[in-house]
Amino acid sequence: MIVGIDMGGTNIDGVIIEDGRIVKSIKKPTDRDNPFAAIYSTLKELLVDCDKSKIERINLSTTVSTNAIVENKTAPVGMIIQSGPGMTYDHLACGQENAFIKGYIDHRGNVVEELDISEIEDMAEKFTKEGIKACGIVTKFSTRNPQQEIYIRDILGDRFNTVTMGHTMSGKLNFPRRVYTSYLNCAVHSTFNDFAVNIKRALEKEGIDAPIFILKADGGTMTINSAEEKPVETILSGPAASFMGINALLPSDKDAILLDIGGTTTDIFFLADGIPLFEPLGIKIREYNTLVRSIYSLSVGLGGDSSIDIIDSNISIGPKREGKPYAFGGPKPTPTDAMITLELISYNEKHKDRANESMAELGEKLDLSVEETANLILETMGKMIKDKVDELLEEINSHPVYTIKELLYGKKLEPKLINVIGGPAKILAPILEKTLDLPCNYPSNYLVANAVGAALARPTMEITMHVDTSKKVLSVPELELYEKVSSRFNLEMAKEKALSLVRENAKSIGITSGNVDAEITEESSFNMVKGFYTSGKDIRVKAQIKPGLIEELRGDINA
Amino acid sequence: MLKAKNKLGLVFFPAFDWAISSTHPEREERLLYTQDQLFEEGIGDVEGIEFFNPAIANEKDIKRVHFCVPDVKSRVTQSHLISAGGVIKSLQMVMDKKVDKSFALTRPPGHHAQRVVYGDRGFCIVNMEAVAIEKIRQEYGNLRVAIIDTDCHHGDGTQDIYWNDKDTLLISFHQDGRTLYPGTGSIDEFGGPGGYGYNINIPLPPGTGEEGFLYVLDNIVMPILDDYKPDLIINSAGQDNHYTDPLTNMNFTAQGYAVLNHRLNPDVAVLEGGYSIEGALPYVNLGIILAMAGMDYSKVHEPDYDREKLKQSKDITEYIKKISNNVYSRWENRENLYIKDIKGMEYIQEQRQVYYDTDGIMESQVQNFKVCKKCSGVNTIDSRSDRRHHIFAITIPRDACSSCIDEGYKLYKNTANKYTNVYLQDRLNDEFLAK
Ligand SMILES: [Zn+2]
Ligand SMILES: [Zn+2]
Repeated sequence: MIVGIDMGGTNIDGVIIEDGRIVKSIKKPTDRDNPFAAIYSTLKELLVDCDKSKIERINLSTTVSTNAIVENKTAPVGMIIQSGPGMTYDHLACGQENAFIKGYIDHRGNVVEELDISEIEDMAEKFTKEGIKACGIVTKFSTRNPQQEIYIRDILGDRFNTVTMGHTMSGKLNFPRRVYTSYLNCAVHSTFNDFAVNIKRALEKEGIDAPIFILKADGGTMTINSAEEKPVETILSGPAASFMGINALLPSDKDAILLDIGGTTTDIFFLADGIPLFEPLGIKIREYNTLVRSIYSLSVGLGGDSSIDIIDSNISIGPKREGKPYAFGGPKPTPTDAMITLELISYNEKHKDRANESMAELGEKLDLSVEETANLILETMGKMIKDKVDELLEEINSHPVYTIKELLYGKKLEPKLINVIGGPAKILAPILEKTLDLPCNYPSNYLVANAVGAALARPTMEITMHVDTSKKVLSVPELELYEKVSSRFNLEMAKEKALSLVRENAKSIGITSGNVDAEITEESSFNMVKGFYTSGKDIRVKAQIKPGLIEELRGDINA
Repeated sequence: MLKAKNKLGLVFFPAFDWAISSTHPEREERLLYTQDQLFEEGIGDVEGIEFFNPAIANEKDIKRVHFCVPDVKSRVTQSHLISAGGVIKSLQMVMDKKVDKSFALTRPPGHHAQRVVYGDRGFCIVNMEAVAIEKIRQEYGNLRVAIIDTDCHHGDGTQDIYWNDKDTLLISFHQDGRTLYPGTGSIDEFGGPGGYGYNINIPLPPGTGEEGFLYVLDNIVMPILDDYKPDLIINSAGQDNHYTDPLTNMNFTAQGYAVLNHRLNPDVAVLEGGYSIEGALPYVNLGIILAMAGMDYSKVHEPDYDREKLKQSKDITEYIKKISNNVYSRWENRENLYIKDIKGMEYIQEQRQVYYDTDGIMESQVQNFKVCKKCSGVNTIDSRSDRRHHIFAITIPRDACSSCIDEGYKLYKNTANKYTNVYLQDRLNDEFLAK
């Protein structure tokens, strides 16, 4: 039995899934000020009359960290940043205090300039005097050589409640993003940990000892204990829940467009051969670009309740929602009004009269009948989605590549179908099918799709391996692994090692049974030459456990 | 978030799967550490800096510039078409005003590729800038272009291609040809009759540092550009003047390259040579990018940068001043020099040997330029290689007068039987014949 809970902006959804069937589901309003209480009461209600001993896992998608960042309710952070030569660094300042320190490591991981220890001591003292309890340490090229970050952490000792070292956040190269990611990890640490402690206590009180997983923005999960260490990974998991929900309700192994059309917005995602398309580096939250791996998603201000205006004799929908649809007493006509007029959704006479009234008013300006206006609105909505999808596809298919092979023969994303969920999904499906000229599927029931997505999401991980055989060093920053290798180490050995590292660590991320679906996502090996002789190999490998479903949904999902 | 003052397009294409050979300087690894540096600095997140993939040049784009012997297909690989395509893309984006400036970090390089191509010389087969410029001219009209070649080696390929073209000003400064490959690039190589004075060489002594390069820039290049008023400035941005370069003997720096690009303010920069792939390229490229984007590059420097140690000697400074005066007075005097050296002649014939160092081919050729009052003049190349090719190539220039066009086609029709291949390049009508 799996329990899934998705805490969204307005609602909390919860489901229980047993043997691939949704056996129970609920939907409750969110309490933004007390997320723990909201989740706890949802959970309690969900588990009434339930055999708690049968719960295998509890998967949570929570906005705790996201809200703290968006609402600026994070803890003060002191940042120790070593940028060395290169670009200017003033813009990297984040958190309450920033110390830009001496020392420098180059792109090969060579220490060019040592740390000034007294400088660090002074900074640490300053931070603690100001009552700062979280400290981030980021040096440029720390993923190539984390030595100075580790040394600084050792100097700080136990002066702070939490210390984040940049290289533990991601193995990818991007110093500014590593700074921001480390900062955010520190900033939400106490908020998320308070939440985690409360959840764990509450479950204990309820007599539930199932493992708890937290949904990440990449559509995978992590154990609550890992989340306590890397709370930044829990940000913006909402779109991932919805994405996984669509995949659970409408599985596909093709290139596909996934849409979640709601009242205010439409979220757009893509599948490439059934595998989610990710953001190239990481997600952006507020003004911060991060290295938090995330599903590629784009939200456009276009939904059932978007307000409609006539601009230059054309229908313009959204991006704003100015209230309820006109039929239900709102100020502006909306696509929902068009649907009522066309009798595509249930209504009563009073609503229908108001909907017609709003269509008539628009129709007058367009010289169209009430029905024609309503139809035109829905067609326009389809057209707007198509235009956005086309624009995104062009962008995606022109992403930079670095080899002749990829430039000439690289995979292009060519969607073969559309999977859509959300209120207007059923009504818009035929329109989208026509506008985009692709088959369009929608599920019979989508109401708790996000909770289903959260419930069925599997643990994921990604590692970045770099090997320099002239230095005889192998590194995997995500696992804090830095070890010696033989000078004869090669790409095949690196790939094997990466896969076995992923498998070994599968347990720690909560994969306890079954095969570990590890795969290599990127590989390269460069001959390094000094003078005119080969001095070694520079090997780069990425491996992952990709997002996927714990089990497939079976039969009718209505519960 | 950081914002670029100039919108900059980067065509960064390191061709990680292409090499001349596995230990050759022009190998897969060449731009790997540049990529690491640019990625780690977060260049792609700067607002106003955007990465683009290269376009792919086609056979006609190559024929517009080169006589490939025996043909394009057998001489030019996909990697060359892509590298040239990268420069085409860079120029197009600037012309279409999608970006203010662009930088093509593509490989292989091209500035040693001449009009006739038997094979690879100086790691070059296709002249990337020339192929791109000529394509752009077909699409956007006959622009006045200035190419400033800051590679340490003389841009002899570009010189050969634009020798007779006054609409393309070439200024190459390089380590003196008496001390470095390819050996050419002296001050008196001044252009053909159709472009006399518009080929400017500034040979610099080994050991030239920041001071010398910037002196040349401020005292020759910038004043000449002010006179010339080009529509487009292209920096052939070779990076082998760097003090760590393994093939050369200069003392230029990442800071120096950044300052140079800041002051030169090119519309487009194109990577050429530069083989200190760990110690120079990551920093030089970062410096050029920041300078072109109008951002602060003052903190860009190499790990072992030591300003005092890299200072050029007084002798060098004096010598460079002397050379600069000489070059600039020749520029100012170019019309008189034309009258003295060329006026009254009907044809100018130039004979020379060309060595293809990478492929080990020896070529001997005679170029013949018609001195025409109405246009740049039809011109021909009679060339023989030690691989038993003997070709005759005719170029009708973009500004050709009707009698030069007729003469070109007549020459093509009535060639002697002794040639293995005959080519006609009609740049005016954008047509290319071979037999
Ligand atoms: Zn060079
Ligand atoms: Zn003529």
